[in-house]
Amino acid sequence: MTEQQAAVPAPAPEPRRTRLTAGVLIEAVTEGSPTIITILAIFSALVVGGVLIVVSDPVVLRAWDSLGYAPGTALSSTWQSVASAYSALFEGSIFSPTTVANAFHGGSIAAIFYPLSLTVYEATPLILTGLAVAVPFRSGLFNIGATSQFLGGAIVAAWLGADVSLPLVIHLVVCVAGAMVGGAAIGWIPGALKARTGAHEVIVTIMLNYVMANLLLYLLSGHHLLQAPGQPNQIAAPVAGNAVLPHVGGPPPQADLGFLLAIAAAAGVAWLLSRTTIGFQFRTVGANPNAARSAGMSVERTWVRVMMIAGSLAGLAAATVVLAGGSPPPPLVPSTPGTYGFDGITVALLGRAKPAGVILAGLLFGALNAGGTNVAGLTSVPVDIVQVLEGTIVLFVAAPPLIRSIYRLRSAAGTGMEDFAKGWNG
Amino acid sequence: MTALTTAVRLPRADVRAYVAGGSFIGLGLVDVLVFTRHHGDAVFALSLPGAGVQVPDVHVPAVPTVLALGLVTIAAGFVRALVDLSSLAKRVLIGVALVGSLFALLCWADASNPVGSMNLIDLLQGTVFAAIPLVLGALSGLMCERSGVINIAIEGQLLTGAFAAAIVSSAVGATVGLWFGLLAGSLTGGLVGALLAVFAIKYLVDQIILGVVINLLAIGFTNYLYDRVMVPYANLNAGNFFTPYKIPVLGDIPIIGPIFFDSTVILYIAYILLIVIQVALFSTRWGLRVRAVGEHPTAADTVGIRVLWTRYRNVILGGMVAGIGGAYLTVGSTGQFSTGISSGFGYIGLACMIFGRWKPFGATAAALLFGFCRQLGQELQLLNVPISPYLLAMLPYVATIIAVAGLVGRVRAPAADGKPYIKA
Repeated sequence: MTEQQAAVPAPAPEPRRTRLTAGVLIEAVTEGSPTIITILAIFSALVVGGVLIVVSDPVVLRAWDSLGYAPGTALSSTWQSVASAYSALFEGSIFSPTTVANAFHGGSIAAIFYPLSLTVYEATPLILTGLAVAVPFRSGLFNIGATSQFLGGAIVAAWLGADVSLPLVIHLVVCVAGAMVGGAAIGWIPGALKARTGAHEVIVTIMLNYVMANLLLYLLSGHHLLQAPGQPNQIAAPVAGNAVLPHVGGPPPQADLGFLLAIAAAAGVAWLLSRTTIGFQFRTVGANPNAARSAGMSVERTWVRVMMIAGSLAGLAAATVVLAGGSPPPPLVPSTPGTYGFDGITVALLGRAKPAGVILAGLLFGALNAGGTNVAGLTSVPVDIVQVLEGTIVLFVAAPPLIRSIYRLRSAAGTGMEDFAKGWNG
Repeated sequence: MTALTTAVRLPRADVRAYVAGGSFIGLGLVDVLVFTRHHGDAVFALSLPGAGVQVPDVHVPAVPTVLALGLVTIAAGFVRALVDLSSLAKRVLIGVALVGSLFALLCWADASNPVGSMNLIDLLQGTVFAAIPLVLGALSGLMCERSGVINIAIEGQLLTGAFAAAIVSSAVGATVGLWFGLLAGSLTGGLVGALLAVFAIKYLVDQIILGVVINLLAIGFTNYLYDRVMVPYANLNAGNFFTPYKIPVLGDIPIIGPIFFDSTVILYIAYILLIVIQVALFSTRWGLRVRAVGEHPTAADTVGIRVLWTRYRNVILGGMVAGIGGAYLTVGSTGQFSTGISSGFGYIGLACMIFGRWKPFGATAAALLFGFCRQLGQELQLLNVPISPYLLAMLPYVATIIAVAGLVGRVRAPAADGKPYIKA
């Protein structure tokens, strides 16, 4: 039923209502504009997460056992459990009131912004890998291989950062550019194979993730390769000071230049997709490859370009991690790529494959990751709750009909997800 | 840019012949120039130690064998490049070149190590073991996608199935517990399938998004429950597993028996599912209807097939198949659950399904290729070949890329795959 209504365009609002701003606002709420849907989805995910926190907290469960004679204890311990977890999440990622109180009593003012800087720091690679997935999505390709492209960039950045010595600024520029080239080279493989032989990009990107992970292990297992001299463990040599991304404002752990690069990359992608011929070709090939071919565009060449751009974005993500402005920056180890590549998929999906959306989604996930560490540290809730929250948020955001039926909203047209690749056949 | 595409497109058959022939010759040259370095005999064991029926080991003089294989491969390369062949002859030549080079590699590796010998049974048994979760995962994907629902959630189904099988088999205990564990794994996979079905079919969520999200949720949930349940109560992760069951008569056949008929029951279940799904999809009215729903749901609906019901049923059944694959990872092998135990098998299974062109036997062949390369890498490592273990570990992935790019090429998914059906 809902789908039928969704297909029908929203009825024109009554004239009397449009004059009132409050009325328009109410209508936006009751009809469920994409923003409202997203907010409600995040709220619903937090409710689901809260339920999970409660049912897995032994203290709360014991209190509920004695619900009959001490109902107050049961309810208060439930509230306690959820509230402490979520306030730890908030304080770890956005702002903690205690730091303000401390600042008034002679503490550091910079400490107030510490949680926010952690969020930004966590968000930086997520925004970039999110873009690395979003651009192919808009062109009908599914890039599961942001991890491999990230690794390609990370290897080049670590090599140029440690084994080459160049003057200030130039070294950093060379390293960042090298990482982008490294990522683009790995991105080129699935694009070119798809263009030349029709090999499906999903298979090739999945396989390349493992190939590159093993390549990194190999490179970190020999001192003549990338392994740090005198190190028995698989650790790369540290990056030279000249190649480290400088901080933006204040001492560590303030945000470094990487975040600005991520924002600039998102702006660049937005410009590319909406203002250039190449971007138009990307979107056309994504919307209808046959039409693109009839119009004289080379679908094959577009695939290669898309994947190379995606790869360079993932490589840039690697640069922001490998050259991160810590002091000293954390060296490249086998676990460095983490889950950035796969998180990029969820970030791209949550951001609806649009650059501005990807920035916001990256910041949200960055906040959840930063806060999650705090939750695990301060409460008995495991850090995995963050993954469940992230998954639930995307699930709800991607299912507007569900949110509408939960909150009894009237339906509006569209789901906001029309820009995606819808299947294997492109 | 059109000039480039046409330049590539027109003589494609010729280019292919030269590329294929050239790579055969390259393989042959590697055989002749590199693999002839170790003298002595290569010894291949054809039975496992302690097996009832012992087959004598095969001794081959390494250098002459490798030389002969290399020359045959080079000859195959010249024939492939210069002679116009039928497609059957092309396939035979690919087989000759690949099998020849493979044996040359094995002879070289084996002769390099005077103490150890390559056990071919071990190699093939490992191949089958590695392929089991991939085959079951690919069958799950196939069941869903033939009815028009993309299933990227195979990874999540394997993971949750593995978790449920471990915890239920430990809780029930004894041998009967294993069967309950298997059932629980299957049902949990089906439950994840049901989640996929409801969101994809009823709430019209983009199915690629949905699959990725379900995998994320599966990782989150299993890690969370592992920390909360299995770590404090270690007896709920006791590590029970099915002991190998030898099928009477068949299991005693030399060489074949130990590989295919003396193994975990989940392998036998996989045989049954493979055949049942193949026959059901391609030789029954049921399968014709499923495929109609996956190819052209409107037409199927017009003739009275219940499109949404078919999709719900297939996605849930597919989830149950993947759940069995998940159960294999715990109760089918070492028994214990560890976080992230599915380690990408779901995604590789997905790749096998695409590689096998959405056909059960095709997917199985892909899974076996993958499993073989993986096991080969491990066996070569045991023989101490002078290649980094990390580079050997790349073997299955590189082989899959080459196979997909070189042999399979463009594939076509069911036409309505991934498109929600909205009744007009």
